Amino acid sequence: MRGFLRVVADLYRSDPRCRFAFTAISIVIMFALMSFVSPQDPGSSYYAPPNQPPSVAHPFGTNSRGQDMFWFLTFAVRNSLVFGVITAILSRIIAISIGLIAGYKGGIIDRIMMVINDSFVVLPVLPLLILINFIIREQMSILQLAMVIAAFGWAWDARLIRSQVLSLKEREFTYTSVFSGTKTSSILISEHLPFVMPIVLSTTINNLLWAIGMEVTLAVLGLSNIGIPTIGTTIYWANQHQALISGVWWWIAAPVAISVLLFVALYLLVVGLGAYLDPRTRLQRMKGVLSDERA
Amino acid sequence: MSVLRIQNLQAYYQSTLYGVTRNVKAVDGVSLDLRANEIYGIAGESSCGKTSLIKVVFGAIKPPLTIIGGRVLYQINDRDFDITQTNDETLRQMRWKQVSYILQGSMSLLNPVRRVRKTFWDFTKAHEPVIEPEKFEATTREHLNRLGLPAEVLDSYPHQLSGGMKQRVAIALATIFQPKVILADEPTTALDVVVQRGVLQLLRRIQQETKNTLVIVTHDMGIHANIADRVGIMYAGRIVEEGTVKHIFSEPRHPYTKHLIQSLPKIGDKSKRQSIPGAPPNLADPPAGCRFHPRCPYAKPICSVQTPELSPIQDERRVACFLLTKENAHVS
Amino acid sequence: MSRNQPLLDIHNITKLYSVGGWLSRNKIAAVADVSLSMLAEEPEILTLAGESGSGKTTLARMVLRLVEPTLGRILYKGRDITSIRTRKEQIEFMQDIQPIFQNPFEAFNPLKKLESYLFETAKNYDSRENGSIEDRIESALNLVGLSMREIRGRYPHELSGGQLQRVSVARALIASPSLLVADEPVSMIDASLRMSIVNLFKDLKDRHNVSIIYITHDLATAYYISDRIAIMQRGHIVEIGPVKKVLAEPFHPYTRLLRESILEPNSETAWDEEITLSTIETKEFARQGCKFANRCDSRLPICEETEPPLSFVDGREVKCWLYGVQGKHDTAS
Ligand SMILES: Nc1ncnc2c1ncn2[C@@H]1O[C@H](COP(=O)(O)OP(=O)(O)OP(=O)(O)O)[C@@H](O)[C@H]1O
Ligand SMILES: Nc1ncnc2c1ncn2[C@@H]1O[C@H](COP(=O)(O)OP(=O)(O)OP(=O)(O)O)[C@@H](O)[C@H]1O
Ligand code: SF4
Ligand SMILES: [Mg+2]
Ligand SMILES: [Mg+2]
Repeated sequence: MRGFLRVVADLYRSDPRCRFAFTAISIVIMFALMSFVSPQDPGSSYYAPPNQPPSVAHPFGTNSRGQDMFWFLTFAVRNSLVFGVITAILSRIIAISIGLIAGYKGGIIDRIMMVINDSFVVLPVLPLLILINFIIREQMSILQLAMVIAAFGWAWDARLIRSQVLSLKEREFTYTSVFSGTKTSSILISEHLPFVMPIVLSTTINNLLWAIGMEVTLAVLGLSNIGIPTIGTTIYWANQHQALISGVWWWIAAPVAISVLLFVALYLLVVGLGAYLDPRTRLQRMKGVLSDERA
Repeated sequence: MSVLRIQNLQAYYQSTLYGVTRNVKAVDGVSLDLRANEIYGIAGESSCGKTSLIKVVFGAIKPPLTIIGGRVLYQINDRDFDITQTNDETLRQMRWKQVSYILQGSMSLLNPVRRVRKTFWDFTKAHEPVIEPEKFEATTREHLNRLGLPAEVLDSYPHQLSGGMKQRVAIALATIFQPKVILADEPTTALDVVVQRGVLQLLRRIQQETKNTLVIVTHDMGIHANIADRVGIMYAGRIVEEGTVKHIFSEPRHPYTKHLIQSLPKIGDKSKRQSIPGAPPNLADPPAGCRFHPRCPYAKPICSVQTPELSPIQDERRVACFLLTKENAHVS
Repeated sequence: MSRNQPLLDIHNITKLYSVGGWLSRNKIAAVADVSLSMLAEEPEILTLAGESGSGKTTLARMVLRLVEPTLGRILYKGRDITSIRTRKEQIEFMQDIQPIFQNPFEAFNPLKKLESYLFETAKNYDSRENGSIEDRIESALNLVGLSMREIRGRYPHELSGGQLQRVSVARALIASPSLLVADEPVSMIDASLRMSIVNLFKDLKDRHNVSIIYITHDLATAYYISDRIAIMQRGHIVEIGPVKKVLAEPFHPYTRLLRESILEPNSETAWDEEITLSTIETKEFARQGCKFANRCDSRLPICEETEPPLSFVDGREVKCWLYGVQGKHDTAS
């Protein structure tokens, strides 16, 4: 934990991109956490005058159903974030296991895994998701939707990881471990994973962005469980009430603004973290700190 | 007549990473005087700054490599210029026509998907835009012929050539304009001794044909012994000894050179050889004073405080060591 | 293991690789019909030297089970190493044969502490003597002239190439192997540190009964430490015998060329005559007869057509018609 905090502090101090990203992400997370102290339940409506533009009492205005957009969005952002994180974690578990094993084992295992992998790469994701969601949307919880989306979000990244492992396993240090009697599973985890960590991290964040975007797309098309407040369903309801035509622009502008902030921040975080975690810079840093300490 | 003078050159790799600044003092106070029509060998262990020195001399100075001080003066065709001060246009005109750079992986000069002739054509065209195809063919063949390479290589793709032949074709390419100075950085590392011999013969032949200056950088003392006229021994970013090849090998004076030469095994001699204890220093944090003093069996108190200058002790010989400069100072 | 069973017994192994694109697919024999054996009673250092691309690394990797031979068998203490299947058999095998790699800076993961490899090795291989894991590590480090004090908490980049290579050797020694396979172990090591590694190998053989396959381009160190030398050219062993005989008086024309091309570190021996090098590699691989024939000064008509046999001459084996049955009367002295 101390190490983690030091990394964050390091990045915050030295990289303006990360500084912006950390700040923006903290704001969005705080905003989502405020849902726990919300005076209003997201299910209740007409507790406030409808269609009020942003004001001191209602910083994000109110919608046509008499809901305060500020408090309503705290729930929507929380749900979207939770959904994005679960999807990213699930699809990472698949991508890392398949990438590492296929790359290291090679041969027939690799070929079978890559046939499955490539089928997922070429599948037209959106039409399929539309089909699946069309059939089962009514009953879908956030977790279930996350599982469905995760099932489509790992294949390309597994390929990336595999290609790195293919070259890592020919490196001499892998052979040193093999001849030290190390088990294959520990070689993968302790020798190769640190090297694929930069892509794992950046693809995690990319995947998170993709998942949240996917949820918005499905929701706008009315293909998710529209009873759950998320960024996507908020926009869906705004459309249903023709918010833009009737001039209630803040109903759409508020969720869009929050997602743009989140997307930009996550993107900058990918870039900054990628550079920081790159084994080459990591090594240089290790050397640099050393000579510094001695000097 | 001197062609290239390096004066007190300092070049560091400067980098700042997440708040930590690092200065790798790869070249730290090097002075050399290279003459026309000679083969000058630069010897030294890995990471002592040989490649960095050659890069600066070739004007390939890109961050993090930064010139801290000193000058690199060329005198070619009665034109003088300091490479640390010239603009990109002068550099472009000078490279390959006046100064060539051959490195270990110089095979990469050859385009893998084109026949060798096409690569030669592109290369020539880039530097002499008005050449005619017939003239190009004739000069190229003549050049290969002069170097003893078969003209059939022109019709091959690089991957069809053996490793040694590829390296030699790349050298032929790099020297097609008969440059006045050729900088060769580890041109034969990773080749077997027979192929190495072929490549070295080629380099020597080029030098003899054009009477130019060949700087050959390698850690392999055997190469220096066989091809160089003069040798400079580099240790941790500095030249510690310089002399004619004969003197360096028969009576080395600097303690480092002495040990180095004594430790080399010879065929026909199974007697025990010892390494120098310790290891070369980290150039991000080199020791004060003489950089060899932590490993030197003759170190005196002054060695860890003051830096010995590379000073002439006899004709053609310069040494940076207090054992010699002080004693010399007494005599004179 | 019976007394006179060889430690390592290589029977006619061949490794074919496909090279070239889809249109010009060729097979080359990276290792062609090589037989070799190392005796168990007396430890020895066997040098493999020769051309680049002559199959030295491929041969070593087959012995280490990293590459599977296309043809032929490798017996280790009488057992065919391709029959190894289970992890237990694999561990037993690796306990006996350990590798040393060329680049000490690549041999350890730069992000991991060095001691982790030592502990891992000690944990996975049973000790042949008694002693705690720490003791075994310490005594292996002592053998190479290091101690845990110098290694603890250190990352690879904090040590010099020579020190790292010694850690590599120490790691291999923890398994107490009978054979080390070292592929160019000193080629990346500074001249001023090289002899410390070479002396270490000699010491391991002389005092600790470890046999070593030593691959190198540096024939001076080969002469210095090894007992026997095998010269490879285009996949074949063309000459093999005691190092003093082979390097002092090479028989095979390629060995002679190799011997003459060695650059001695003194300025009196500069060579003059020019040599012919191969131009197109794959053509040589595809040749019938002796693969060296087109570059050989003393070739006979038969050399172009038929591959020469390996013949015993003067305490060594030579694969050349000059010394074979047909050419014997011609030049052999
Ligand atoms: N791009 C770089 N950034 C930081 N440091 C560098 C860089 N390139 C080289 N160095 C450092 O500069 C020093 C000198 O390196 P250089 O490549 O000049 O040595 P060398 O004598 O050519 O070694 P070798 O024999 O291994 O080729 C080394 O300590 C090296 O780590
Ligand atoms: N995986 C591979 N696929 C195809 N060809 C290969 C492969 N590995 C090696 N070769 C070829 O086999 C031949 C022998 O290679 P090997 O690496 O064994 O040679 P070597 O004697 O170790 O050479 P060096 O002295 O350069 O290390 C070479 O022609 C090489 O190109
Ligand atoms: S200056 Fe001193 S330390 Fe340096 S080489 Fe000479 S005697 Fe040794
Ligand atoms: Mg270099
Ligand atoms: Mg090899």
